[in-house]
Amino acid sequence: MSNDGVNTSRRTFLIGLTSTVGVAGAIGAAVPFVKSWQPSAKAENAGAPVEVDVSKLEMGQRVVAEWRGQPVWVVRRTEEMVANLDKLNDQLKDPQSEEDQQPAYAATEWRSIKKEYLVLIGICTHLGCSPLFEEEPTVELEQGGFFCPCHGSKFDLAGRVYQGVPAPTNLVVPPHSYISDAVIIVGSEEGETKA
Amino acid sequence: MMRMVNGLIDWVDARLPVVNAYKKHMSEYYAPKNFNFWYYFGVLSMVVLVNQLLTGIWLTMFYSPGQGFESVEYIMRDVQWGWLIRYMHAVGASAFFAVVYIHMFRGLMYGSYKPPRELVWIFGMLIYVALMAEGFLGYVLPWGNMSYWGAQVIISLAGAIPFDILPFIDGKDAKEIGEALTTWVRGDYLLSTATVNKFFALHVVAIPLVLVALVFLHILALHEVGSNNPDGVEIKQNKDENGIPKDGIPFHPYYTVKDLPGVIIFLMIFAVVIFFFPTGGGYLIEKPNFVAANPLKTPDHIAPVWYYGPYYAMLRATTIEWFGMSSKAWGLIAMGGGIVVLFLLPWLDRHPVKSIRYKGWLSKLLLFVFAADFLMLGYLGTQPATGTAKTLAQIGTVYYFLYFFIGLPLAYRFEKSKPVPERVTGGH
Repeated sequence: MSNDGVNTSRRTFLIGLTSTVGVAGAIGAAVPFVKSWQPSAKAENAGAPVEVDVSKLEMGQRVVAEWRGQPVWVVRRTEEMVANLDKLNDQLKDPQSEEDQQPAYAATEWRSIKKEYLVLIGICTHLGCSPLFEEEPTVELEQGGFFCPCHGSKFDLAGRVYQGVPAPTNLVVPPHSYISDAVIIVGSEEGETKA
Repeated sequence: MMRMVNGLIDWVDARLPVVNAYKKHMSEYYAPKNFNFWYYFGVLSMVVLVNQLLTGIWLTMFYSPGQGFESVEYIMRDVQWGWLIRYMHAVGASAFFAVVYIHMFRGLMYGSYKPPRELVWIFGMLIYVALMAEGFLGYVLPWGNMSYWGAQVIISLAGAIPFDILPFIDGKDAKEIGEALTTWVRGDYLLSTATVNKFFALHVVAIPLVLVALVFLHILALHEVGSNNPDGVEIKQNKDENGIPKDGIPFHPYYTVKDLPGVIIFLMIFAVVIFFFPTGGGYLIEKPNFVAANPLKTPDHIAPVWYYGPYYAMLRATTIEWFGMSSKAWGLIAMGGGIVVLFLLPWLDRHPVKSIRYKGWLSKLLLFVFAADFLMLGYLGTQPATGTAKTLAQIGTVYYFLYFFIGLPLAYRFEKSKPVPERVTGGH
């Protein structure tokens, strides 16, 4: 094939250039389509982090907040409650929180940032019922804890699951942090995540 | 009158190659004369596709994604004949998979994926994958409790993709990417109307367009290379003086007429299921789906519909934790791998003989066990994964992959094949 009057290298260059620009344009045009799948501003609002002021919470008591449609419990544990936690270890499935049911900063025996405040998602890991808070010892829970009325799953005061109950794993600790000494923000790690 | 019709045909044909296309794909498409029972299922897939499109379009007239469960109840109770249209669609989904599975098994038996039909097989596989996506999206729309929890389980699989196998991503980032991905798919932080709206659009517009285009390509590729047959003989290698395969007969009228009774019998069986067993004892429409979606109440046993059974069984059976990857990630790999390996079939099967009729005893045995294995996995996928069932699913998963990676490539070395005839056998 002769290339009368055709500058093949210029032609190759122009084809390459237009193709590159075309592909870049296509990628750019795809961005709004992909991004539209993200939560809308409305959904973002509804899923925004929730602040919980725990300054007025009495020792041994619990408040319930709502975050992303789920109940979030904050329990203020007494020193005695915290001290008793490791006595239960041999009755529990995962006493050291090795299963991935919490952020790294809560993967401890007491499963919270500050030992005093326990933050949990109040949904049983078995079939999604909401367990009852037993601050006083009961027949089922000698140290107090959480008892699920649906199928009898038991959790201690760190949300750790007992052996021999239907629930497979510890209760979930949501991502959370402290924006001041007594204000917890659930769903955000922008505050302090160290005790 | 006749002159006017002919004139019109000539006028159109001068502008659009209708006569040519009709000849190429119908009256002068020569199909082998020895097609047997198994060759009904391609045309039956087309029949079910038309059923799904038609009933699906009608269902969208009465359904609104914001009130999924209520609209289905409305269709079932208030819309005139709505119950029939809905059951035709729901049972049609299962029928689609039933005929497609048999159609694929036919391909497996007679080596219909082997050269020169690799692309026919690949387009077929793409149809199968699109169909699985379509089925899943459609299952979410009635927003029953199994819709909800099934979607919950399947979408959370995106969070199990082991991104940390990439060198520049560590475990924590991988988890975050997984979470971002599931949020993106849901369009919210929990399964919500945003998710259903999205799935509705994909189910009624996007995937059906893709499906129809793929079916078109599947048939176009088939008609280019010509149909295989139960003997695995290439009829194009034996042509008469006019260039017509000696063992070929025109698709129309011979096979159109043959297919018609097949379609009628299929529709009779289809109608019996629609009228008398529309829920199939919980296998076609699962029992928890008669209750509205409830985020606070998980069904006792989350099971996929039967047609995903084999792959769901593989997902759950995988308990290995090799190379520091979680068993969940390996389960995902097993499930995905189970489908990907089918795409590779044309290159995995090294047997010099196409049809199972002339392959040796080992190939026959392996294929028979494979079919039984696939059915077993399908059943196990719908049952709780405990004790014996789990062990069986593990054995089944191992055999599934051994069949493709060792059985198909090597079986011919250990058996003596029968001689393949020059011309097709049977047929009239």
